[in-house]
Amino acid sequence: MAPEKNSSDLVLLDFWVSPFGQRVRIALAEKSLPYEYVEEDLAGKSDRLLQSNPVHKKTPVLLHGGKPVNESLIIVQYLEEAFPDTPSLLPADPYARAQARFWADYVDKKVYDCGARLWKLKGEPQAQARAEMLEILKTLETELGDKEFFGGEHGFGFVDAAFAPFTSWFQSYEKLGEFKVAEVAPKIAAWADRVGKRESVAKSLYSPDKVYDFIGVLKKKYGIE
Amino acid sequence: MSSPAAVKVIGAFDSPFSHRAEAALRLKGVPYELILEDLRNKSELLLTHNPVHKKVPVLLHGDRPAICESLVIVEYVDEAFQGPLLMPADTLARAAARFWASFMDKECGESMWMALWTDGEAQAAAARETKTNLTLIEGQLPVGKRFFGGDAIGYLDIALGWIAHWMRVFVEISGARLLTEEEHPVLCRWAREYTADETVRQCLPDRDRVIAALTPRKELYISIAKAMAAQR
Repeated sequence: MAPEKNSSDLVLLDFWVSPFGQRVRIALAEKSLPYEYVEEDLAGKSDRLLQSNPVHKKTPVLLHGGKPVNESLIIVQYLEEAFPDTPSLLPADPYARAQARFWADYVDKKVYDCGARLWKLKGEPQAQARAEMLEILKTLETELGDKEFFGGEHGFGFVDAAFAPFTSWFQSYEKLGEFKVAEVAPKIAAWADRVGKRESVAKSLYSPDKVYDFIGVLKKKYGIE
Repeated sequence: MSSPAAVKVIGAFDSPFSHRAEAALRLKGVPYELILEDLRNKSELLLTHNPVHKKVPVLLHGDRPAICESLVIVEYVDEAFQGPLLMPADTLARAAARFWASFMDKECGESMWMALWTDGEAQAAAARETKTNLTLIEGQLPVGKRFFGGDAIGYLDIALGWIAHWMRVFVEISGARLLTEEEHPVLCRWAREYTADETVRQCLPDRDRVIAALTPRKELYISIAKAMAAQR
């Protein structure tokens, strides 16, 4: 049997408002794993970050005993496998795991990029992004159905952790897209309230106002009004 | 003991993603029925089972709702069935395998496409990026081993099967100088090993047939690549 790795040997290189980093923070909190949090300045990335993720040079990066793991959903699965005696986010059954991976991948592929187009673009392209965002929310609404969490019988799970960080972006999407999540996808809105109260999520996310201010900073940086 | 639930794959003969699902099943020794789609005229069956993405492959196992997305399918097949493990045993190696498969799918596609089908400066820049990516991928082959999975084909070999078979077909059709022996000898050797494997060969479309099917689409590929270049 492989020796148990010392759990305090975890370092997270992250950026405060990153929804991807927040997924990892949520997973670490759900598993009660202690770790050192390192805030990266994305305008002046540390040598440690550049060496740990030479391909993408992006956060989050998890260092476990100095060894890097990259990509938020890959990091969360790594934590599941490296710390099997902690509360799990993925169910044991292969079929349920496959569905969880599919939906976490859907969130990954769709939400951030569509949201970014909402604040980067104007006119017709922005309208298209808005239509797409509504479609994404409705699709997720259908998947959630009447479940308390996306994890269903398992409880708060992999997909919940993958999507929860974006709940603090809802207010921004609503302002930019002129819609209300509660009207378009009421079950998602209710789910957002529920997960927002969960300790692991509450302590990992920043307020919607802070996220909206951050988008303002990004817009200035990209020269968008 | 009841007989095992039937496994079906909705796929397409020239799809590298569809190949992943089939390769995983064959390597695990799982019998399955292949339902072939004409991707230019998608069936009700496909649209019903994959309403979200409307793409192949789709895995149907017994009566349960479909499993979609090729890499999700590969991991499912690995976990749901007995047989040699496709994912590495070590947790860090598993994370690395997932990372490089994701890198292939998310980061490499556009530049490879432009390197194949554009010309001039756009092509030169895309070719440089592609070669850098191929070098990074090549660097993941364990020294002295035939496959990314080590002595046996694994998850990452299957994920990268696109390079081993389809990329060589596209290179032939386009005439671009990519994936050459001179620049990527180790990756080329791996490509030959992968495509020659007894099990994998059975679900690789015949090379000449693929060339014949895809050559007429060259103009379409060029226009897609030009649109990508315009957006950059």
